[in-house]
Amino acid sequence: MNHYPIWKNALIVFFIFISALYALPNIYGSDLAIQISGTGDYVVQDQDVKNIKNTLLDNEIDYKSVGLVDSRILIRFEDSQSQLSSKALLKNTLSRNYVVALNLAPSIPQWLSNVGGKAMSLGLDLRGGVHFLLEVDMEAVVSMAIDRYYNELRTVLREDRLYKSIRKEGNLLVVSFKTENLKTEAKKLIKDELSDLNIVEGSETDLQLSLEISSSAQSAAKSSALKQNITTLRNRVNELGVAEPIIQQQGSERIVVQLPGVQDTARAKEILGAVATVEFRLVDEKNDLQTAVQSGKIPVGSKLYKFRDGRPLLLKTSVIVTGENIVDAASGVDNDNNPMVSITLDSAGGRTMLETTKEFLHHRMAVVYIENKVETIIEDGNIVKKRSKTQDIINAATIQGTFSNRFQITGLDSARAARNLALLLRAGSLSAPIEIIEERTIGPSLGADNIQKGLLSVLVGFALVLLFMGWRYRVFGLVANLALTLNLMIIVFILSMLQATLTLPGIAGIVLTVGMAVDANVLIFERIKEELQLNKNIQKAISAGYAKALLTIADANITTLIASLVLFSFGTGAVKGFAVTLSIGIITSMFTAIVVSRAVINLIYGGRKVEELAI
Amino acid sequence: MSLRSLKLPTIDFINKRKYAMAFSALLLIVSIISLGLQGLKLGIDFTGGTLIEVGYQQTADLEDIRTKLASANYAGTNVQYFGSDTEVLIQLEPQAISSAKLSSSIIQMLGDGIDVRRVEFVGPKVGEELTNDGGLALLYALIGILIYVAFRFEYRFALGSIAALVHDVIITLGVFSILQIAFDLTVLAAILAVIGYSLNDTIVVFDRIRENFLSTRHIEPMPIVNDALNQTLARTLMTSLTTLLVLLALFYLGGEVIHSFAGALIIGVVIGTYSSIFVASTMILALGISKEDILPSEKEKKEIDARP
Repeated sequence: MNHYPIWKNALIVFFIFISALYALPNIYGSDLAIQISGTGDYVVQDQDVKNIKNTLLDNEIDYKSVGLVDSRILIRFEDSQSQLSSKALLKNTLSRNYVVALNLAPSIPQWLSNVGGKAMSLGLDLRGGVHFLLEVDMEAVVSMAIDRYYNELRTVLREDRLYKSIRKEGNLLVVSFKTENLKTEAKKLIKDELSDLNIVEGSETDLQLSLEISSSAQSAAKSSALKQNITTLRNRVNELGVAEPIIQQQGSERIVVQLPGVQDTARAKEILGAVATVEFRLVDEKNDLQTAVQSGKIPVGSKLYKFRDGRPLLLKTSVIVTGENIVDAASGVDNDNNPMVSITLDSAGGRTMLETTKEFLHHRMAVVYIENKVETIIEDGNIVKKRSKTQDIINAATIQGTFSNRFQITGLDSARAARNLALLLRAGSLSAPIEIIEERTIGPSLGADNIQKGLLSVLVGFALVLLFMGWRYRVFGLVANLALTLNLMIIVFILSMLQATLTLPGIAGIVLTVGMAVDANVLIFERIKEELQLNKNIQKAISAGYAKALLTIADANITTLIASLVLFSFGTGAVKGFAVTLSIGIITSMFTAIVVSRAVINLIYGGRKVEELAI
Repeated sequence: MSLRSLKLPTIDFINKRKYAMAFSALLLIVSIISLGLQGLKLGIDFTGGTLIEVGYQQTADLEDIRTKLASANYAGTNVQYFGSDTEVLIQLEPQAISSAKLSSSIIQMLGDGIDVRRVEFVGPKVGEELTNDGGLALLYALIGILIYVAFRFEYRFALGSIAALVHDVIITLGVFSILQIAFDLTVLAAILAVIGYSLNDTIVVFDRIRENFLSTRHIEPMPIVNDALNQTLARTLMTSLTTLLVLLALFYLGGEVIHSFAGALIIGVVIGTYSSIFVASTMILALGISKEDILPSEKEKKEIDARP
């Protein structure tokens, strides 16, 4: 008795071999690297690899290797000096079709990656980086939709002059009519052409209707706003140059952005949350500014704006072009060394600009910088959202000559402001204001500390348990130690296969598993001891010990598994990482502590006459 | 004749249960009073707010940092060393305007030459949600366990294990309240792990009680429970010891970030070990467990008999 059939042993050995093979990639370190990928539709090609090699050679920068993997180019370096200088170099030489980002690339030997070996990826808390949770202002989305339907409704009803007046009341559109017949006609028209508008129940009177946007149209507007914001955020992150960013929808109105390895988090914050654009308007030079300011009467067709320093100026309400027409923007300095942004417009924008500058030569044109903000504040103990919109004139200059789609704007505060504006204009505007509602930043030094401390505590804890088990259970203890070591290896194997992200709480989960994994073996061994004391035959004691402990182990582990599954389902990032490794550890420990340890015990003691057990 | 053979311990746990009850009651009362009076020192995960950890080249001057913050009108700040005197933790209660920008402006104010190690900002709404989710998670974990244990054992066992868990959670929370250690998301995770761990211990004892009820002709529940406790004692202590060994490694070597997490687990494991010996088994005795409750019902018996 106590003998496993050969196929069973072979299966165990095979499984252990596979997990050892695929856990292996994790022991190789990482190379400092630069990752280059294409933006938008552009995909990097072999030709790019050659060009980059030549650029690096021309500038005498040493690199380990350059390769094209999964449509991105990875350049590995020996030291951070050459990594950083190449990043600056490549960013300048490559066009804007490329994203140049710093990265850490695992240095797995070729044969291992050929068989599909991958290392676990490290979480932000271990490698440094930023985690943002952004919330889209959905009320603003709905109110923008109301504005849109307001215009559509007017257009639809105007053709036959059906309505007397239309006004917005909160999220409702209230339409009044001259006669009931006109109302009936309008209702039919609305039903046919504006099916997204519903008549609010009970709101209908003889000559009036209240309309609301149907809930399906509202949620469509919300989800498209969210999607569009994600696209814009992705563009902005690409502009920042981040390798392996994560930009994901979370729930119906939130977006998670994770940027590993970002150094300048302040800039990342400025860029991600900004809802900024520019508009070009003509200065109203017919009306007198002083009179308008003093009397408070703003002439029809004009609007009062202010410069950043507070000086007022009357601008015409009609906009020449907006940020929507901008296809490219780059920051720089003008001849007088002032920061500027050079703009390229699309063809429609260029045409309008050309016509305007022809017609209004020697008039003044102003650039208005518009920024939408939303902030959550606590007011009298209540959480409220505060929205604000700033519209500042950053520049008003005389049109010296005609121009169309290429020109510059100046009047910016600093070079940094110019850089940020250029980036925002390039990446496109957000369709609705967003707000950072959670931030977790881990600096690179803390990340390195966390890895080092995490590893040390795993190793020390592991060693202590090994010593203790060996001392307490002798040969059986060594078998349990073998099982425990294999358990650690299998956890690493599974995490690598799942391409799970290892975090500090994840390491804590592994540490806890190490402590708890021996539990199954302790249960079995104590049971064997008991059986021996009942004067059972040694072989029988071993098999009875395993058999009787089995149900207990299953019960105990399933309940722990329930707790960790709850942890996983409710948890945010940190807690989830812990739950994942704990759950995996519980399951693998059952395999190693029961099956593997039994196989080894069988090999040592099984099928022969044993005088005494070293337990 | 007793089931026990010579080498197993023969401690009379059951007769000592009055002392244990008194001890538990005392701990519970102190914990509940502390929780009621001063509550938990909730971290920014739950309250919302901003936390900044910065590293300095030399010993940091806390007074200087406090003066700087005060002169810039940041109210409700808490500045302290974190781990060593070159590292400083700055915590800000949720401000009237609480935004992610706050941390950037403070870092700018502190000047150059500092190493920003960690920034956490939790908006007030998120904090509220995390608190609710955290409470719900505890509740779901308890309900899930209650159902599983009731299904695998019997309702008295389920109630006994839940009593032990509630006991452990309240006392662990109590320690956090009395010592005013920051209670953040990782500590909540630790408490959920404690639930899993403590239950693990309790289930092992219950399993043995059930086995003993089935395998002997004794019908007196008290000696049976006492035997089960003695038989599992070695295992209970061994597992607690190995778990504590790794937790101590985590506590002393894992760094400041993981400190209170490891601390919560250490407290929880100690309390959980105690409760699985004294609280859970006392509860099922008090609920009046008997041999009949354990035996499979007539229907189940038939099913068992029908098996080949």
